[in-house]
Amino acid sequence: MKHIKTVNKPTLQSTVNKGGCGECQASCQSACKTSCTVGNQTCEK
Amino acid sequence: MREAIHKFEQGGRYILLDVNSGSVHFLDRMAYDMMDVFDGTNDEETVRALAGKYPETELREALSELHELMDAKQLFAPDISVPPTFAAEGVVKSMCLMVAHDCNLRCEYCFGGTGEYGGTRELMSREVGEAAVEYIIEHSKGRKHCEIDFFGGEPLVNLPVVKHVTEYVRRREKETGKIFKLTLTTNGLLLDESVREWLNENHVSLVLSLDGRREVHDRVRPDAGGNGTYDRVLKNFRAMVDSRDGKDYYLRGTYTKYNLDFTEDVLAMADAGFDVLSVEPVVAKDAPYAIEEADMPRVCAEYDRLTEAYLERRREGKGFFFFHFNMDLSGGPCVAKRLSGCGAGHEYYAVAANGDLYPCHQFVGREGYRLGSVFEGVTNKELPRYFRESHVLNKPKCKDCWARFFCSGGCHANADLFHGDIREPYEVGCAIQKKRLECAIRVQAELALQQAEG
Ligand code: SF4
Ligand code: SF4
Repeated sequence: MKHIKTVNKPTLQSTVNKGGCGECQASCQSACKTSCTVGNQTCEK
Repeated sequence: MREAIHKFEQGGRYILLDVNSGSVHFLDRMAYDMMDVFDGTNDEETVRALAGKYPETELREALSELHELMDAKQLFAPDISVPPTFAAEGVVKSMCLMVAHDCNLRCEYCFGGTGEYGGTRELMSREVGEAAVEYIIEHSKGRKHCEIDFFGGEPLVNLPVVKHVTEYVRRREKETGKIFKLTLTTNGLLLDESVREWLNENHVSLVLSLDGRREVHDRVRPDAGGNGTYDRVLKNFRAMVDSRDGKDYYLRGTYTKYNLDFTEDVLAMADAGFDVLSVEPVVAKDAPYAIEEADMPRVCAEYDRLTEAYLERRREGKGFFFFHFNMDLSGGPCVAKRLSGCGAGHEYYAVAANGDLYPCHQFVGREGYRLGSVFEGVTNKELPRYFRESHVLNKPKCKDCWARFFCSGGCHANADLFHGDIREPYEVGCAIQKKRLECAIRVQAELALQQAEG
């Protein structure tokens, strides 16, 4: 492509019906704890 | 309207995020302008709107590229609604143990009221600690991975109970097959050699609190006598991190109105030899150090600076992890997790020193938020349900926001603090969150491209 460069191969749509296993870490987003923002979590599977 | 895309400029790049797929695209200036008009269905309108500015052949060429992305579901991907994998009830698998409502520091901005949490200085007993562990084992049901965070106040003030609970956890792991991740958040004052050894032997992850530069740290984090603590804690942190080969720790700081040039603090932490870092905004209302709406332009400009400094350090081979920039653009958590967010009140509880249960550490002692106790269980059955259902797709401001699947709805405790309602996010928090996400997307996109291009 000439005008657009796609950066990633995301999986968000494919996890709509999968996932939910709940094995991942809790993710507080507040100043007092650093385990913030789900966007930067990894999946335990 | 529900935002399906988000476009922004960051570090000289024109970036497009497709919200429902998580796809990130770098555009040229023309395609970037086209996205002000193009909605997936209006090719002719888009050409007409920009014909004066760009050649029509180029516009049509870009349109065909945009349609290619749409066919690949990387642009205007279908809306995501609450998935069936998002169970109606949460499973509690994480707990924050407030082992000491007491602290040996007097941090100016402490939400725990220097450890007291609105009550008296109190230490958790062994019995409460054991009951908390049993509570998780029972209520985490089929989940294998559980978490306990030793928190306070300063948890090392109550080291005997931390040790006791840890031994108890390790024994119960063997008996139940559960795996507990243990974390301890500390100000570092009491981290001597014997504590170090014990933490390493028992595989306790650490969150170490340091606010960057010496003068910044000493201003807001004095000890009970009003003396600076930077030199003492830095020495302890250094020895601590070295003793575990630089693994399993985060060095984290808080920035306030006093140091809106916090890039300097992040770099000071890196220069002190630490490479797993996080620096986050203080949350406070009506305080001299509070960050307010009017500070936002300054804060945003500072994140721009931090982003460039971060990338530059990497280029120089002196890179470090910065928590908010560690975003996995290609993988990342499932939709169910993105809705659960922090899990406060439904997957994650805090246990006060006396055994009372609260939705999270920040709610401890807040009127109307007591859930029950580790001995009697949850007696307020309504609250966990309310927290569970307070996800991004149910909150008026969040459901249309472009950041909804990345932010997962902000901090309930802040929403409650500012609006008395966990469903109404705190605006300054949102503004910072969105800016940070833009920076993180730019950082990760840049790194991914560098890798692809070798
Ligand atoms: S908390 Fe704020 S930034 Fe996050 S999704 Fe809601 S409105 Fe958007
Ligand atoms: S409500 Fe806020 S402080 Fe509490 S766990 Fe969630 S993000 Fe953290």
